[in-house]
Amino acid sequence: MAKTPTPAELLPGLSYKPPEKGWMDVKPDFRPGTYCNPASPKWMDWISYPYAQPRSIPDDNWGLPQDWKEIVLQGMEDRLERFRSLKVFFDICVRCGACADKCHFFLGTGDPKNMPVLRAELLRSVYRRYFKTIGRALGEIAGARDLTEDVIKEWFFYLYQCTICRRCSLFCPYGIDMAEMTLLGRELLASVGLNIDWAMASVAQCYDKGSHIGAPPQAFKDMIDFLAEENERITGITTPVSYNRKGAEVLFVMPSGDYFADPGTFTMMGYLLLFEHIGLDYTLSTYAAEGGNFGWFISHEMGKRLNAKIYAEAKRLGVKWILGGECGHMWRVCNQYMSTWWGPVDFLEKPVSPITGTRFENAAVHKMVHISEFTADLIHHGKLNLDPQRNAHIKLTFHDSCNTARGMGILEEPRYIINNVLPEGNFVEMPPNTIREKAFCCGSSSGINANENMELRMQGGFPRANAVRFVADKYGVNHLGCICALDRATLPTLLQYWVPEVEVTGITELVGNALIFPDEMERTTDLRDRDLVGFGEAEEAGEEEE
Amino acid sequence: MDFFKRHFFVALSAVLGLIIIAYVGVQGNLQLLFGVVVPYLAALIFVEGLIYRVIQWARSPVPFRIPTTGGQGRTLPWIKRDLGEKLDNPADTPHLIGRMALEVFAFRSLFRNLRTELVKDPDNPEGARLIHWSYKWLWIGAIAFHYAFLVVILRHLRFFTEPTMGFVLMLDHVDGFFQFFTPAVYLSGVVLVAAVGYLLFRRITNPAVRYISLAADYFPLLLILGIGLTGILMRYFFKTDIVAVKELAIGLATLHPKLPANLSALFYVHLFLVCVLFAYFPFSKLMHAPGVFMSPTRNLTCNNRWVMHVNPWNYPVKFHSYAEYEDKFRDAMIEAGIPVEKEQ
Amino acid sequence: MADYKNEFGFFAERPKVEKKLFDRNKVIAGLVIFLVMITIPLWQNLGKTVAAPVPNLDTPVIQKLAEKDKKCVMPKEWMRANHMQMLVDWRDNVVRTKEQQVTTSRGREFVAPDGKQYLASLTNTCFECHSNKAQFCDQCHNYVAVAPNCFGCHLETGKKLAEAK
Repeated sequence: MAKTPTPAELLPGLSYKPPEKGWMDVKPDFRPGTYCNPASPKWMDWISYPYAQPRSIPDDNWGLPQDWKEIVLQGMEDRLERFRSLKVFFDICVRCGACADKCHFFLGTGDPKNMPVLRAELLRSVYRRYFKTIGRALGEIAGARDLTEDVIKEWFFYLYQCTICRRCSLFCPYGIDMAEMTLLGRELLASVGLNIDWAMASVAQCYDKGSHIGAPPQAFKDMIDFLAEENERITGITTPVSYNRKGAEVLFVMPSGDYFADPGTFTMMGYLLLFEHIGLDYTLSTYAAEGGNFGWFISHEMGKRLNAKIYAEAKRLGVKWILGGECGHMWRVCNQYMSTWWGPVDFLEKPVSPITGTRFENAAVHKMVHISEFTADLIHHGKLNLDPQRNAHIKLTFHDSCNTARGMGILEEPRYIINNVLPEGNFVEMPPNTIREKAFCCGSSSGINANENMELRMQGGFPRANAVRFVADKYGVNHLGCICALDRATLPTLLQYWVPEVEVTGITELVGNALIFPDEMERTTDLRDRDLVGFGEAEEAGEEEE
Repeated sequence: MDFFKRHFFVALSAVLGLIIIAYVGVQGNLQLLFGVVVPYLAALIFVEGLIYRVIQWARSPVPFRIPTTGGQGRTLPWIKRDLGEKLDNPADTPHLIGRMALEVFAFRSLFRNLRTELVKDPDNPEGARLIHWSYKWLWIGAIAFHYAFLVVILRHLRFFTEPTMGFVLMLDHVDGFFQFFTPAVYLSGVVLVAAVGYLLFRRITNPAVRYISLAADYFPLLLILGIGLTGILMRYFFKTDIVAVKELAIGLATLHPKLPANLSALFYVHLFLVCVLFAYFPFSKLMHAPGVFMSPTRNLTCNNRWVMHVNPWNYPVKFHSYAEYEDKFRDAMIEAGIPVEKEQ
Repeated sequence: MADYKNEFGFFAERPKVEKKLFDRNKVIAGLVIFLVMITIPLWQNLGKTVAAPVPNLDTPVIQKLAEKDKKCVMPKEWMRANHMQMLVDWRDNVVRTKEQQVTTSRGREFVAPDGKQYLASLTNTCFECHSNKAQFCDQCHNYVAVAPNCFGCHLETGKKLAEAK
């Protein structure tokens, strides 16, 4: 694995000046540290993906099938027929450049092909060449170019330098969404056997065993039971969990990141404490053990194949509705695709909070409630007994996950919770142009949170980290809150690199810290075993592995 | 020649070539062609081409509802959303119409534009930081350009309607409000040329934008600049007989084309460039005008969770069913005390 | 799972996309609005034939002129396109050059191409012959919808002066 340069080495080389040569003549530089490894054939076989074979990026020959060109062009034609978005986005871009400095990868790498407009042109140029008369006739001067293996390699390089965060789409005067083109472009790559290993392994594992991390049911149970024991150790409160229990009122689905690794696990402990506190009749499923959906990162169909389990399991267990944990892309998938894929879901009921009686009208059709909505509603109705002082050691800023911010619009709920579980003055916002709908991506979402592309990830996350650096320096912020498991998996690494004094936390973890139980033992530490203010020196726990 | 020069000069030569074609054509007494045939042809191509292209788009469905949300969504009733958020994340049709109207008439998304730069910052361990500030110049340029062009086009209705419609007279009056110079200078003309000039200047001087620009980006700007300049020349410097211009225009509009004799070559150049712009429209990026209405990230209501969106080509997919899953893990599940459907 | 027909061409059939117009009503409504707007001039003029204006030259002064003198200060064709510019020049010469103490000074002289001298004056020269504003000037001005502000002073003031005398 390539050595990742340090921040001080990385930044001086950063320039937004494009090269002299025209972009059609510049080939991608597959430097170790900047790309993801191609998928191992094993994973591809598991989910019957075509043209599985060992591949290596540095090799000249990527082992494309004989008729790769026909496959790609047919695939493009097929997708143009199926997705109006693709047709319109291919046709109407005026190349005004408004999106250019909105992309965190452009801001982090300075590579002009990471300007969303140019990343789209990589695909568009081929579209013009084969689907537009003017492109067929005039070629390069009409912005058209032949589809060659080099173009495919370029797609592979740059489509996996897009995290589908949609910041470009927000600023585009026509709403052209690079995320949509990236997804469809990745489908084209997959159709000739090109996938990335990190995403593919997660997808195959999730398909087969239930979650991205590939934990079989008994391991899943072990992990969560362990976290429940941790709760008991720290708070004195038992938080028993039921698995695959028929007749529970609510099925709780969370991303696997929340029970697999720190700091997500603390959020998981928070969920368990919260549910215990309000006496929620819920169950977890070992089958629908994954809320997240790496399948959607490689194709719409694969997204659907993984997403299937959630409703299927809700139906089998006979629950009334589904509660979803803190996860960004899980929620974008559930919001944008789920009811279209599977609806109508009449076997579920319109979600009603059993504690407050609130009817979640906004989830009337897809029957799934976001944990932040659920918690905010509880707090609003005074159902939680909270002691914000237990979070006094936390000076927080909040990172809006791209998917919940620009894919559905959950902005206020987490802030409302934060303001209720933190002492006043302990929450500060990052600069306004880097939060809410304008939030910067963590730089490693959409299946590229691998290890081999660490340099790229650190570059891509630079704009986010830079905003964190600002509040860390100015206000002494020491925690970055988020409602996304991928954030919790990737931001610790990113911040360790750019702003090492800041840690990452889920919002429900803070809720868990603050909850007061009648028969609890005296709380001297938070869920991370760190002393509370007033109980010895506040001592930072060692940096957690992601 | 490098990429930029190739694309820029092709566009420039194309516009100059068009000017020469019209000029030479008129010298060669092809007035009928340039005054009647080409305008009708251009109008036909414009209308039919645009309809054809929109229909081609509409032949593909919108399988998923994918609006980009730009503010707090409609969730719990007590979470307050101001009007801006309701428009940026429209939960119902009236707000969706509001969002589209803002997008179409006020370029809302472009108004949001920021500029981000990397500045040296010795206080940072990394030695630099990003700053983001609101950057409205592109929005101002774009809005000035589009509205000026609209006013110019509407003003030209005085040549196509008899009697001239009242609002055109009013527009004319407002546009020449400052009564500066005789004939009174139209603000729209000045603004149009200035805005096109700015957009062109920006495209050429901003390294990133120049890097992505194609001939198809320079061509419409240069063409519109040509149209604006020839129009201004005719109004203020090399007068043409506008009674004759109106005779030609009204003849075209009443479908009784008539070719007045004393029209200047400059007029024919102006007219030809306009015709080319119209005919070029459906085959170019200028289709962003109808396109913005068809953009699924903008024209859909953000109501996925309470109104089901239907994908016309939705199809069943193979997934790992619970039965298969239990078959695979049954023993382990029983051992771990997890309930199963079948005991063996 | 080898028999699974997934999205990637080589196993596969996915349901074809129906050949039709999606969101038909909205798209057609939009196109109709576009068509109506773009064809407003056609509707506005439907069935009309608009005659070109014919400025009337039948005034007492012109009738009295000998046939050879029946011509304008400049050729007719030139005047159609440029008369406004000529009047602006006249005005500028009179109002903005210094030699205007005497009404017939150089500032008010206009020499026609045939060498004949005229007084450079809208009221006194142009209106002398074209005393029929409504049948002459307004004909074209109304036709092309221009409203020159010359008349604000020159016609009304002229009349008032005459009345005062």
